[in-house]
Amino acid sequence: MTTPAPTDLLLDATGVAKRYGAVAALRAASLQVRRGEVHALLGANGAGKSTLVKILTGAVHPDAGTILVAGQPRDIHSPAAARRSGLVPVYQEPALIPDLDVLDNLRLTGTPVEPVRHWVAELGLGRIDMRTMARDLPLASQRVLDLARALAVEPEVLLLDEMTAALPADLTERVLDVVGRQRETGRSVIFISHRFIEINALCDRATVLRDGETVGVVDMAPGAEQRIVQLMLGAAGAERAAAAAVATDATRRAATVHATDATSRLRVRGLRAGTRLHDVSFELHPGEVLGLVALEGQGQDELFGVLSGSRRADEGELHVDGRPVRFGHPADAIREGLVYVPANRVEALLMQRSVRENIALPFSARLRAWGPIRTRVEASQVSGAIDRLQIDTRAQSEVRRLSGGNQQKVTIARWVAQGVRTMLCFDPTRGIDIRTKREIYALLRELAANGAAVLLYTSELEEVRLACDRAVIIFNGRVVEEMEAAVADEPNLLRAAYGLPPGEALPEEAVATAVEAIP
Amino acid sequence: MSVVEGTTSSPPPAWRTADAWQRLFRERPIVPLLVLLGALVVLYQVVQPGTISPNWVGSIIRNAVPLAILAACQTLTMLTGGIDLSVGAVASMAAYVMATLVPSQGPVIAIVVALAACGLAGLANGIGVGIFRVHPLIMTLAMSLVVLGLMTVYQLIMVAAGSRVPPEIRTLGGGTSFGFVPHNLLLFVPLAVGIMWALRRTGFGRLLYAVGDNERAARLSGVRVWQVLVALYVVSGLLAGVAGLVYVGITNVATVTLVDKYVLTAVAAAVIGGTSIFGGRGGYAGTIVGAIILSLLTNLLTVLQMPEAARQVVFGAIILAVAAAYTRITSEA
Repeated sequence: MTTPAPTDLLLDATGVAKRYGAVAALRAASLQVRRGEVHALLGANGAGKSTLVKILTGAVHPDAGTILVAGQPRDIHSPAAARRSGLVPVYQEPALIPDLDVLDNLRLTGTPVEPVRHWVAELGLGRIDMRTMARDLPLASQRVLDLARALAVEPEVLLLDEMTAALPADLTERVLDVVGRQRETGRSVIFISHRFIEINALCDRATVLRDGETVGVVDMAPGAEQRIVQLMLGAAGAERAAAAAVATDATRRAATVHATDATSRLRVRGLRAGTRLHDVSFELHPGEVLGLVALEGQGQDELFGVLSGSRRADEGELHVDGRPVRFGHPADAIREGLVYVPANRVEALLMQRSVRENIALPFSARLRAWGPIRTRVEASQVSGAIDRLQIDTRAQSEVRRLSGGNQQKVTIARWVAQGVRTMLCFDPTRGIDIRTKREIYALLRELAANGAAVLLYTSELEEVRLACDRAVIIFNGRVVEEMEAAVADEPNLLRAAYGLPPGEALPEEAVATAVEAIP
Repeated sequence: MSVVEGTTSSPPPAWRTADAWQRLFRERPIVPLLVLLGALVVLYQVVQPGTISPNWVGSIIRNAVPLAILAACQTLTMLTGGIDLSVGAVASMAAYVMATLVPSQGPVIAIVVALAACGLAGLANGIGVGIFRVHPLIMTLAMSLVVLGLMTVYQLIMVAAGSRVPPEIRTLGGGTSFGFVPHNLLLFVPLAVGIMWALRRTGFGRLLYAVGDNERAARLSGVRVWQVLVALYVVSGLLAGVAGLVYVGITNVATVTLVDKYVLTAVAAAVIGGTSIFGGRGGYAGTIVGAIILSLLTNLLTVLQMPEAARQVVFGAIILAVAAAYTRITSEA
């Protein structure tokens, strides 16, 4: 790889850092985009991709770092400033205002109409009625319009964040074709996607982020994927080594439990919901922790929404203990023993109330429990749960004063207090410290050992080996693979999560680093 | 995979004491409120030496009771992040319907019918807020107009029937024993104890706090929020009815707008009493003290013979000052 002369760089961002409170979302990210190239930006969930995109497009202000556009330092303090510098984004979600027609939407951003028409035709949407309300357009058309609107202002650098996720195959092809041809006019594209096939076909180079840092820039040539996966994984951290003891324990238990129980606690058949969850089927048995692995936005949010009773499925069946069920409200799911622990503790906690009230909340939920509280029973159940999860109760009068880890324990304790049959955990260890994480793994194992069934969605791949018996991998709203925890090492999971077939072996070193973590 | 690093260093001592004060205010708002009440009494003694007597205390409390009941409606609804602005119209309805039915039906049936009407108005509020998700402010404001309209029609129909406030209501609402013990305490003490107990020790009370603190969390825990809201607004309607009956016992004359002017005072009593208008925090004990403070303040401003306009300005300003101080002290930075 040759180092280009500085003037060749259309965009040069170095040392970009951003922290949110105690969390460092970006520490030292850099991104160099040459004139006339399509550049992929890659990284596992939480690596900092979206923060970097937001900084480059003026939506978020960085704490540190310099951004040069065509060699000139730029202060991108607002989306408008980013546009003036020639950086135009197309975000993951449609950006048209639903209650305005297309023409008004274009006027709002001062976009010339004729170029938009041109690009819409070019992108394969044919002629579009400019007087249609944006909300009446199908999602794919909205995305294409977003792109056409961005192309119409002739941006120096076009940022595409998961542009193709909601598009059917034929439109995707046209989009990739048009995006690729941006090169011819000396313009550049930053392309973010979870689909390796697209990246391979379209991109010239790729920048890989891990834990908020740029860890490598790869020329897209045959075999580059493996190098990228390796970069995304990094070396096995101390974290994994420290928790390895739990892992071996987990796998040992798994073997014994599996043999004894064959009936499923929860059976999911052909579940479809929203625009992302297309067709998911799996079974969850009592006594096991089933891992669920997916990149962001592959339908897992919808899946957990349906299972926890928060949203309805468009299609498909749920069976609990062999009986068909249908949930219209979380209360229905809870009655069937399906309890939900969300990743975002703000969703689940009464921040101004005490630990006790938070844990006891489900006790009073049903109409018949509205009467006098049996204080002694409640106290013993609550303190039992507090002991079991070892919640630090020094600041128990208000949950918001607890640490993140303790807060998450409270959300789990709420269900543990009355006995768990089936627990749905959505990334329960997100943003909490390593010690608490390990306590949570141990708790999940213990629940399973006592006959509960646990479904654990995780964005941290090593958790599959640490806490699960087997894993189901979802890509593009469908189950693409299922594997035993014993073989679910990170390269294997990541490969499957990117929808790549199992045949593609990863380089020796990657496997070696992952394996040496487990003695 | 974000990286969590150590948080800020320990705060300096001065900040620590401020923190302790904040915590006191947040967890025991009743303490500073009682201090404020005491300060007002002292102020009263300075401005009007010699007025303070058992009789004076009795009259302050007698007037504070119906306000405190009306403020209970606000406290309960505010705990869920709502408000009930229909209490004025509903309380007036209770008083008027009761008074007009007494001549023909006798006091028992009159009271039952009056309270049933209040319960219905509350039910309508609850259905609007809980099921159709109309904002409580809009829903209850609209309901107060509906009730007022219905009462105007009712007034025309009942114009020949005449109205009478039965002696039982007069004695219970406005009477005193030994010259200074207001009888309405007989009604109020059990009611207040009941409300405080319900808030702390029943599932329903817990759910009011839960819904107000985080409706989504309550839902995820299996709470059907609409049920809580419907029940709550029915309770609020009934309490407003009781307050209306106590008011009419004091004034002895029922009109369809009898209680209207106390609605915002009741909201102020709850706010001064430390109940957060955003929900999830507060309690009834503070509200009671808040109602006494406001009752005292009204009395003081009357005694000072301020012109009505000036009195309203001072009254409003004091409520604002207390509420602002409260927010400042208790809110997290």
